[in-house]
Amino acid sequence: MRGIEIHAIYVMWLRQMKRFVRSKSRLVATFIQPLFFLAILGTGLRGAVISGMDSDYMTFIAPGIVAMSILFSSMFTGVAVLWDKQFGFLQEVLVAPISRFSIIFGRTLGGATTALIQGFIILAIAVGLGVRPDSILGMLLTIVFMIVIAFTAVGFGLAVASKMSDFQGFQIIMNLIILPLFFLSTAFFPIATNENIPQVIVYLSFVNPLFFMVDGIRGSLTGVNNYLPPLIDLAIVFVICIFMMSIGSYLFGKSEV
Amino acid sequence: MDIIKTENLTKKFNGFTAVDSISFKVKKGEIFGFLGPNGAGKTTTIKMLTTLLNPTNGNADVAGFKVNKNKDDVRKNIGIVFQEPALDTELTGRENLDFHARMYGLGKEKRKNRINEVLKLVDLEDKQNNLVKFYSGGMKRRLEIARGLMHYPTVLFLDEPTLGLDSQTRQAIWAYIKKMNKEEQTTIFLTTHYMDEADNLCDRIGIIDHGKILVIDSTENLKNSIGNDVIVLSSSDNDKILKRLKKESWIKNTKMYDSYLTLGVKKGEEKIPLIIEIAQSLNEKIKAISVRKPTLDDVFLSYTGRKIRDNESVSPFREAMKMYKRGRG
Repeated sequence: MRGIEIHAIYVMWLRQMKRFVRSKSRLVATFIQPLFFLAILGTGLRGAVISGMDSDYMTFIAPGIVAMSILFSSMFTGVAVLWDKQFGFLQEVLVAPISRFSIIFGRTLGGATTALIQGFIILAIAVGLGVRPDSILGMLLTIVFMIVIAFTAVGFGLAVASKMSDFQGFQIIMNLIILPLFFLSTAFFPIATNENIPQVIVYLSFVNPLFFMVDGIRGSLTGVNNYLPPLIDLAIVFVICIFMMSIGSYLFGKSEV
Repeated sequence: MDIIKTENLTKKFNGFTAVDSISFKVKKGEIFGFLGPNGAGKTTTIKMLTTLLNPTNGNADVAGFKVNKNKDDVRKNIGIVFQEPALDTELTGRENLDFHARMYGLGKEKRKNRINEVLKLVDLEDKQNNLVKFYSGGMKRRLEIARGLMHYPTVLFLDEPTLGLDSQTRQAIWAYIKKMNKEEQTTIFLTTHYMDEADNLCDRIGIIDHGKILVIDSTENLKNSIGNDVIVLSSSDNDKILKRLKKESWIKNTKMYDSYLTLGVKKGEEKIPLIIEIAQSLNEKIKAISVRKPTLDDVFLSYTGRKIRDNESVSPFREAMKMYKRGRG
């Protein structure tokens, strides 16, 4: 199997787009949840003072919610391969004379595109609710982060989907892995600069891939509350992305139908 | 010219042999069928021939290419209709075909024309813009057949093409299969566990059981091999009568059931009086007797020693797996 077939990548992408636009319930759900976090949690706790936070809460939480919506949406596209497996459609794709790489690449591109569209809408809502972007350059860097996060999460979703045969496992992974990682990512509250948090949790947050994603978006978008310089975050997130994508494509390539 | 050629094709799963060293040829333009019960190894064979599974041993050539070496070339030359539906239900019928055509690299103009052509072939033109999730089982199957034909395959694989469809829809599907075989000169390889399907569609069939091919021949020859007629009879003592009838040279074969016997003979009508005479000479009564034409059911029975429907509830594959596990444990 060799090569990159543009037509195959395009058609995999096109299919994702068509399904995305048609699935009204999914569209609504992916906007509503982050909106609740921003509009209710963000405004409700706007005046709150938390140890280690240098701005109002809305500015603090907005980058975390952007990262969250992209992460969840991309992961979902990766895991949606399970649906194709269950409905048999995956077989149709796998017997086509195109390389596995093109299939994975097209799918990832499609997942990343839908995630980015959602990310931008959340971003716009956040700005509407009073979050002020730091600079144009920071804005561009935010977009780079969004893309890299999307690719990482699709890779993770693909890896999970290749190893699972049904959706029960996916629920368990969401509840037992993704949620704790999110709480340890500084998306909702500061960790390393927070005086009230045990040192153990600070260490845990530093081995949490999500921490660098949230911290990076925070640093580039709002320019406050970030622990590491955004470019360092980016380098780390980029390595994680390559790693996750490789695992995802390796496991998907090996899976048989 | 042989479109499919296999030599000692074998597939083992964890020591269990699903397909056991099968060799056969399929000629250009014919409808060839694999007939066998569930778990006989039919789907595994299709998966190997369509590059979805790698053979454990042996060779297979499809359209002149090796299935384990020239995967892409094989894939370009084949169309498949899977046993389970493999459509994207969130897309319309037309979009499913378009997706397929793009993956196989058909150009814009060709794509459009070909989609219209295949839609017409399976009579789905008026439903082409409906989402597939609103299609009935028969419509989905027709769309899949149309899709299998999209890229002008040399050979089309159909894995249990009418499984789970009602009898009217089955007849319609058969008609479409025959039509495309005739109009597009597509070679067809199908698997089925329905006798009537194999009988109705296939030029030649291979009977497969427990991963082995028991016989390959034309449906006519297979039926003739067990006699031109089948006599079914029940009497006051079937065992006694069978024992006596086995001495008669004009009986090609016999089979004993719970309450009746079958005999393969020539010119069945003329043999009925003879049988009644024999029964009378033994002082036994004939309760019922009839003559019918042989079916593939009889053929299957004479080669495997059992009826195909005996296997529908319990698959021999599962039985074999159980035995295999027991043997290990």
